[in-house]
Amino acid sequence: MQNRPVIQLADIQKIYRTGEVDVHAVRGVTLDIFPGEFVAIMGSSGSGKSTLMNAIGCLDRPTSGLYRLDGIDVSALNRDELAKIRNDKIGFVFQGFNLLSRTTALENVEMPMLYNHRRVSAQEQHERSLKSLELVGLATRADHKPNQLSGGQQQRVAIARALVNQPALLLADEPTGNLDSQTSIEIMGVFQKLNDAGMSIVMVTHELDVARYTKRMIILKDGKIRTDEKVADRLNAENELKHLKQAQEAVKLA
Amino acid sequence: MRFLAPFKIAARALRRNKMRSLLTMLGIIIGVGSVIAAVSITTGATKQVEDKVASLGQNVVTVFSGSFSGMSGRGGWGSAPTLTVEDANAIKKEVNNAVAVSPEINDRMQVFANGLNWNTRVNGESPDYPQIRDWDLASGAMFTDGDVRSLAKVAVIGKTVVDQLFANQDPLGQTLIIRNIPFKIVGVLESKGFNLFGQDQDDIAIIPYTSHMKRINKRTFVNSIMVQAATKDSITQVQNDINGLMRDRHKSAEPDFTVRTQLEVMQMATQTSKIMSVLLAAIASVSLLVGGIGIMNIMLVSVTERTREIGIRMAVGARGRDILIQFLIEAVTLSVAGGAVGIALGMASAQIVAASTGWPTITPMLWIGIACISSAGIGIVSGFYPAWKASRLDPIEALRYE
Ligand SMILES: Nc1ncnc2c1ncn2[C@@H]1O[C@H](COP(=O)(O)OP(=O)(O)OP(=O)(O)O)[C@@H](O)[C@H]1O
Ligand SMILES: [Mg+2]
Repeated sequence: MQNRPVIQLADIQKIYRTGEVDVHAVRGVTLDIFPGEFVAIMGSSGSGKSTLMNAIGCLDRPTSGLYRLDGIDVSALNRDELAKIRNDKIGFVFQGFNLLSRTTALENVEMPMLYNHRRVSAQEQHERSLKSLELVGLATRADHKPNQLSGGQQQRVAIARALVNQPALLLADEPTGNLDSQTSIEIMGVFQKLNDAGMSIVMVTHELDVARYTKRMIILKDGKIRTDEKVADRLNAENELKHLKQAQEAVKLA
Repeated sequence: MRFLAPFKIAARALRRNKMRSLLTMLGIIIGVGSVIAAVSITTGATKQVEDKVASLGQNVVTVFSGSFSGMSGRGGWGSAPTLTVEDANAIKKEVNNAVAVSPEINDRMQVFANGLNWNTRVNGESPDYPQIRDWDLASGAMFTDGDVRSLAKVAVIGKTVVDQLFANQDPLGQTLIIRNIPFKIVGVLESKGFNLFGQDQDDIAIIPYTSHMKRINKRTFVNSIMVQAATKDSITQVQNDINGLMRDRHKSAEPDFTVRTQLEVMQMATQTSKIMSVLLAAIASVSLLVGGIGIMNIMLVSVTERTREIGIRMAVGARGRDILIQFLIEAVTLSVAGGAVGIALGMASAQIVAASTGWPTITPMLWIGIACISSAGIGIVSGFYPAWKASRLDPIEALRYE
């Protein structure tokens, strides 16, 4: 494939030391992900997907192993340096949306820019947030607070927030976990659009259906990679949505 | 640097929780408000007392007959027959910086004029008296040294006496009858109001001390001697010199006189308000401490409650210090806003007290400054621990917090 990998993992291990028993959540993962890839990480519950994602997202440190993000050896960085990396290289979408309550969509999207190393003017913050919301098709809801938005809309706000600093990498831990199938397809549509525009995306999911919108599927088992293969019968969100709508129409007509 | 960002974040956080922010500020508002109100009232009272003491005259040193330290059961100041006109003359001649001297005889009696009568103080004084008391004449002139020498039957009267006996008339040149002796009114004093002890200072008639001693009350002793020191700085020196001189002249075993200065009167009169100030400062620190504990308490609750928010912020790139600054600014904003509201409220309530009781109130700039600085300080001190705790959170654990 082309040039240098965005994510380069070599024998990553994560051991949770809680009281008497050590939990060996990730047991030696070696993996390269290149720019422009769209990867799904799958596996049963407790297989270590979230643990691995948190390590990739620089939210947590692996117990051992080497991790290069965009060529930088992340294992050697301190708390503040990790925060900086999270701020300008990574966009993270959480399973539970994790928006600030009682805060408008626009302000939620602006938040990462408040922590940019470079000062961003209020006007630029506003413009970039709006653009980001537009990208996920939610510009008209900028003034709405999370409790005035549907689950899918909240997830789009979370995606807009992840995109606002133009990260090299978009990470998503079960972005469709709480959503119905139509909304899930819509979100996958957003991801596919972003990926087509060149963004590298890594996404954790339970659902095989959802994983089929990606380009590469990795299955974890007991903290190890079990399979890692290209998605053969890839789905297109736009088409799927069309089919779904037609099916719904058919039900109504019948 | 991203200077304004933390303020923006803090302002948003506080706006999200308006009611709680207000309640948190309440402690500081009440603390600062009551301190400012109390300081305004006591400062006003102190100023009033100081003005009263100042109305005693300028750089006044008074020699009283009798002594408070004596054990022989004397009647107190002014009652023992020990001071003479010669003492007064000696002070004027020999004490440096004693620029004006008035031997003083205090009496109270019925006076007559215009077919009316009035009970007033009739004092014997020297022509230096208005200068010592810093008391100008509204009309006419003070009697002279010549009048003193000739035992002249002349009088200078205060505003109250004018009002009582010469309503709507010009008293100058008219006659005031004291003990059946007609005194010609040569001057009228300006109004001076009430003194420290609630006495109407304008209720007075002043005649030459010689006339008083020879014509009114035949006697050889004076009640007291009023002396004016040249400057404020020479008051103590004049007091000491008078003490020395008088001891030489009255060779008694224990002093039969007392020398008091205006400074001492000032100190005694303002003693109460000094104690009040100390008390106030104590109450202030306690109430501000309580306010500070309130802020710390709420900030701790807030940090726990917003653990997830902290996790989210850290996940998108906030460093420990960003979180620390955010919570510190929130705490300081709360306490400073509370302080500002408290200052306004305190001043307003002082105004209300002033309007309803007539007591003068003054809010010193110094205390406004103290209130501002201490509220900011309280914010920093009480916000620091919660903010530090927030900044030490681990992003993953904070995000997982329910
Ligand atoms: N903070 C923690 N302390 C101790 N053990 C943990 C911690 N987080 C995860 N684990 C353990 O590590 C293992 C992997 O957990 P992880 O959350 O990565 O699984 P997952 O694949 O994301 O599962 P799911 O699909 O249910 O989200 C599990 O056995 C879990 O109990
Ligand atoms: Mg998980």
